[in-house]
Amino acid sequence: MGSIITVENLSKKYTIGHQRYGGYQTFRDTLSHGVSSVYQRLRHPFSPNSEEVETEEFWALKDINFEVKQGDRLGIIGRNGAGKSTLLKILSRITHPTTGRVHIKGRVASLLEVGTGFHPELTGRENIFLNGAILGMTKSDIKKSFDEIVAFAEVEKFLDTPVKRYSSGMYVRLAFAVAAHLEPEILIVDEVLAVGDAAFQKKCMGQMQQISKEGRTVLFVSHNMGAITNLCSSALLLSNGELKKNGKTNEIISSYLNDEELKQKNYFSRESDKTIPIGLLEARLLANNNQNSCCLSRNEPINVQIKYEINKKILSVHLYSSIIAADGTVVFGTGDADIDKSRFGIRRPGVYTCLYTIPPTILNEGDYSISISLGIPYQVNYQENNHVLRFSITDYVSSGRSIHNRRAGAIWLDIKWRYNNNSPFL
Amino acid sequence: MTQFELIIEPNKTVKYFWKELWQYRDLFYFLAWRDILVRYKQTVIGIAWSVLRPLLTMIVFTIVFGKIARLPSGDTPYPVMVFAAMIPWQFFSNTFSEASNSLISNSQLISKVYFPRIIIPTTAMVVSLIDFAISFVILMGLMIWYGVMPDMKICLLPLLLLMAILTSLGVGYSIAALNVKYRDFRYVVPFMVQFGLYISPVGFSSSVVPEKWRLIYSLNPMSGVIDGFRWGLLGEDVGLYWPGFIISMGLSVLLFVFGVIFFNKTERSFADLI
Repeated sequence: MGSIITVENLSKKYTIGHQRYGGYQTFRDTLSHGVSSVYQRLRHPFSPNSEEVETEEFWALKDINFEVKQGDRLGIIGRNGAGKSTLLKILSRITHPTTGRVHIKGRVASLLEVGTGFHPELTGRENIFLNGAILGMTKSDIKKSFDEIVAFAEVEKFLDTPVKRYSSGMYVRLAFAVAAHLEPEILIVDEVLAVGDAAFQKKCMGQMQQISKEGRTVLFVSHNMGAITNLCSSALLLSNGELKKNGKTNEIISSYLNDEELKQKNYFSRESDKTIPIGLLEARLLANNNQNSCCLSRNEPINVQIKYEINKKILSVHLYSSIIAADGTVVFGTGDADIDKSRFGIRRPGVYTCLYTIPPTILNEGDYSISISLGIPYQVNYQENNHVLRFSITDYVSSGRSIHNRRAGAIWLDIKWRYNNNSPFL
Repeated sequence: MTQFELIIEPNKTVKYFWKELWQYRDLFYFLAWRDILVRYKQTVIGIAWSVLRPLLTMIVFTIVFGKIARLPSGDTPYPVMVFAAMIPWQFFSNTFSEASNSLISNSQLISKVYFPRIIIPTTAMVVSLIDFAISFVILMGLMIWYGVMPDMKICLLPLLLLMAILTSLGVGYSIAALNVKYRDFRYVVPFMVQFGLYISPVGFSSSVVPEKWRLIYSLNPMSGVIDGFRWGLLGEDVGLYWPGFIISMGLSVLLFVFGVIFFNKTERSFADLI
């Protein structure tokens, strides 16, 4: 059978502007910027164009090539920011590629989010029709599968209730039910199964397997390796916008898990950059005994040592560091001027070392990374150092749990439970 | 299995624009239906509001322009003359302001699903059409009350409505597209609507404009639409200034064509910017 999707030399470039307050442009800024750059040009006719300094190009995808055959179930894996979502957005025509070409033979339905276009004021019944139309179904398609959708979502009783009164579980069930009854030749699904309870997730996986048994092609993005193994026959590994590997699911998953970039790192250093007012030099993870270490105990404090330089006298810069869980959730962030506000004053040039301590019994077992950025809050970020340190937390001293299951969540606190007089314990 | 082929390339022009619009007609229908449902569900005084607004404006204009400034209205009673202009004007200003903000308020959809984006500002027009119909019924009542009888020219009304649609969508598409890139355009819209209300012949008859300025006055396409409405509805007393009307008509078509082309040119970048 021939390929149903052919992707050739696909690249996507984003242009990021710097020193902007909000996420978007205003006409006023563009006007005033235009005027000031004309003025600069008149004053310094031979200096490089200021325009180029201010915007930065970012390639979200670089020269991607692959083919998908009809009936394939392709998993797409990679770290956050690897380009998975951009790839799906191009395949579903939401955004355009910068170069390259995609050839698709068949109707595509994409599910990048559960419940896109749901309106809280409308009833379940009304939202089924609306959401169906948004996902590309015709009115007669929706009418035909209406009963199945309702049964799948288990919301019969609440069909005429506005969805703003639904519980979040009902909302997700209804939204997925509509999407599960799409009948395209190609179904593109982004990390949507992460929501909903375990039973419903299982039901959704079953439905997706059913879809692919009917000869439809499925493209599936997930961070959940179990789901990828269950559903997909082959997989792609993306890393920093490049296609790293393409092949059998098991091989791809094991090479993803052994990815050098994902390995633990307890020391990071970078070259001094004199062009920026403040820059990081070193970051180091210290366990309690001051040894460099990556595998840390939950019961020990964790010290993060940061060495940085200031190249010119500067007002109100500070250091900010965040702890990020393996799924990309930021567990918390902290700044060196959070408690002592006087540190927002002027800082002298020089090389400095500072240290902060993450208290014990806060982080749950799992993998974490640390990012460090340097800049002036709400104004400018001189340097961002993402995921420069990586470490794992393990529970060396098991807290008496006989079956060693990891608790859900990024933090794990020792919470005390109290009984008053009436205790059931012997 | 239907053989359906699609090629995604950079800088690909929208070759199948009209064909695609036709494929997505159900989505257009449902989005318009959503907007209408939500509008009349959310506001308790939903319909009352669309009745009250033109009525109150009409009363103010009749007092200010008719009674205080004593502007002429020919043989037609001043309230009827104002209301006949109020209907197309309200339609224009509602469609235009709704369409201009529509892309931003539906940003969730735009960044998650593909469909021809032009559907979104166009559905904004459907809600305004309902308001238009309600106001039209009130106008009929007013005309009966004042004893003004329309003649056969009333059959040309759909054509005049089309002209109002083209104008409002043409301007709406352009501003909606600009609004995605430059968010401060949303502050320009209310100003444009208010300014337009005073330069268009809503509160007064365009016969008060001196003869030598009338051609230039017609460069505002809404002045042509409003004159047309008065001429079509209010019988033979109100003459139509044909050269000006033709200019307005040409301009409204031009605005629409420009709006569609501009929208399609910028559409590709919406998802990246929004």
